[in-house]
Amino acid sequence: MKREHLNIDHVTMEFPTPTGAFRALDNVDLVIDKGEFVSLIGHSGCGKSTVLNVVAGLYQATAGGVILDGTEVNEPGPDRAVVFQNHSLLPWLTAYQNVELAVKQVFGRKKSRAEIKQWIEHNLHLVHMDHAMHKRPDEISGGMKQRVGIARALAMQPKVLLMDEPFGALDALTRAHMQESLMEIHADLGNTVIMITHDVDEAVLLSDRIVMMTNGPAATIGEILKIDLARPRNRVEMADDAAYNHYRHEVLQFLYERQRRPGEEAEAVEQEQESTQELKVVKATRAA
Amino acid sequence: MMLSRDKIFSTEDYTAFISSFVLPMVAIAIFLGLWSASAKQVQTSLGQLPGPSAVFQQASNLVDEHFAEREKEAAFYQRQEKRNAAKLAKDPNAKVKIRPYTGKPTFFDQIVTSLVTVFTGFVLASLIAIPVGIITGLSNNLYKAINPVVQLLKPVSPLAWLPIVTMVVSAVYVTDDPMFEKSYLNSAITVMLCCMWPTLINTAVGVSSVDKDLINVSKVLRLGWFTKVYKIVLPSAFPMIFTGLRLSVSIGWMVLIAAEMLAQNPGLGKFVWDEFQNGSSNSLGRIMVAVIAIGFTGFLLDRGMLMLQRRVSWDKTAVLR
Ligand SMILES: Nc1ncnc2c1ncn2[C@@H]1O[C@H](COP(=O)(O)OP(=O)(O)OP(=O)(O)O)[C@@H](O)[C@H]1O
Ligand SMILES: [Mg+2]
Repeated sequence: MKREHLNIDHVTMEFPTPTGAFRALDNVDLVIDKGEFVSLIGHSGCGKSTVLNVVAGLYQATAGGVILDGTEVNEPGPDRAVVFQNHSLLPWLTAYQNVELAVKQVFGRKKSRAEIKQWIEHNLHLVHMDHAMHKRPDEISGGMKQRVGIARALAMQPKVLLMDEPFGALDALTRAHMQESLMEIHADLGNTVIMITHDVDEAVLLSDRIVMMTNGPAATIGEILKIDLARPRNRVEMADDAAYNHYRHEVLQFLYERQRRPGEEAEAVEQEQESTQELKVVKATRAA
Repeated sequence: MMLSRDKIFSTEDYTAFISSFVLPMVAIAIFLGLWSASAKQVQTSLGQLPGPSAVFQQASNLVDEHFAEREKEAAFYQRQEKRNAAKLAKDPNAKVKIRPYTGKPTFFDQIVTSLVTVFTGFVLASLIAIPVGIITGLSNNLYKAINPVVQLLKPVSPLAWLPIVTMVVSAVYVTDDPMFEKSYLNSAITVMLCCMWPTLINTAVGVSSVDKDLINVSKVLRLGWFTKVYKIVLPSAFPMIFTGLRLSVSIGWMVLIAAEMLAQNPGLGKFVWDEFQNGSSNSLGRIMVAVIAIGFTGFLLDRGMLMLQRRVSWDKTAVLR
């Protein structure tokens, strides 16, 4: 039997609140292979970030646990690097220094000074940030900040890369570029990735599996969709691909038919409009 | 080719000039006018309340007195040196005494004394308040434990501290060869006790409100306590710490003047008190010069802190005022 890489084992999470315990997650159970790219999708507030934080070790599960390569996860650590939604760079350090902080902490004793410098530059190069290495976060755009955040996470050489809506705050075009970069990096390095997203196209384009969560409270995994599309994937070709559109439809159906809550019609319409905007972007990139 | 006038002085230049120079000047002129008009209406036991011109007169008197005193001092040392040289010429083994000049400190000497004292008290206060603030800010329980004590001690007036400080200093600080004057220690410690709190509270609040995501970053990286404080907590609490420091300097300066008046410790406060007791026809004018000097020095101290903050702040774009 093949030993499992990452096992999210029957995780239940309760938060203490003034009115008693609030059960956010109920029995979330998922096994992820090495090098697999998994997306978590679900309505706002269902508990996606909570799952990620439990894997990161920032939260302790009330019941169940997370096992990574045979060891139980009890505390945060650089083997499970997190890319936060709002980039979380230290504003008083340059891009280079932000990555340096992580590299020195993780490899401080194992690498020489020259090797550290080279490793920092290599990771910034991976995310195409060579030209603005020595700028501070307030001097670069949102997309660039997110790139640096990814470089910082990659530079830790994590076993698992955890991303909480990494591109949520970006405009559609920048997001498309970032998705390309992420696909490249994943193809090169083969990291295990768990990514939270609200964007159906993003999930289908990037993932090996899409984990769809039910609505909270006591959210759990509703369905898991395996995406059998050949890599490398090209968003322009995908737009006309029948399989791609089928997967996309499945996810939309889960989100807006099976998991739709009363009074959510307006939101659903908005989401639909957003999706059509995405399509326009695809056309725009093709034209360019 | 003709250069039009408004190429050299654009409209924006004019507005900037008016708002940054002309407007304050107009305000000062109005203030001086009101002062001079109302001063004429008030008769005190020391004569008419001095207007701007009388105060200006006293200010230049104080400057003259300062230089006269300095000349006297120089002359004193010259005479002493001559005497000693003559003594030594007669008998090379003679013991010569060098006595220090003991003239009355001038207005400007008092300003310097006050500045040195406030600086001492402020530095002592910061050396205590910043570390304590960091430690309390990092621990919720410690914050809850210390907060009531701080809230209780914070509003205590300098006038209440002073007798206690005086008694403690004279009980504890007993040496034959004192390095510092007791009065200097009394004032500095009173300043310290009163101006410590804004820095402590602001540091604690700044430290405890560090962005949760940044704390998570430090957890994921498994930064040690010291690295976390040095790399993440301090820089992000920096603006709050400086806000506290600026409040502390202003409070320290106000407290010092009061303490000097009450305890007759050398400094600007003593100058004001002495003039008040003196009660000559010039006294009110001289006190007003002191009041203006106190205000102006306080302003300069605040500006100085602001410049320091701009200097060392990582965020050069922040608007500081
Ligand atoms: N520290 C906490 N204390 C109490 N309740 C919490 C805490 N963190 C999350 N919750 C609750 O748990 C539920 C899930 O939150 P979570 O942040 O995981 O949602 P999410 O799926 O990430 O939402 P979004 O898509 O909006 O980011 C929410 O109802 C939230 O109110
Ligand atoms: Mg979330």
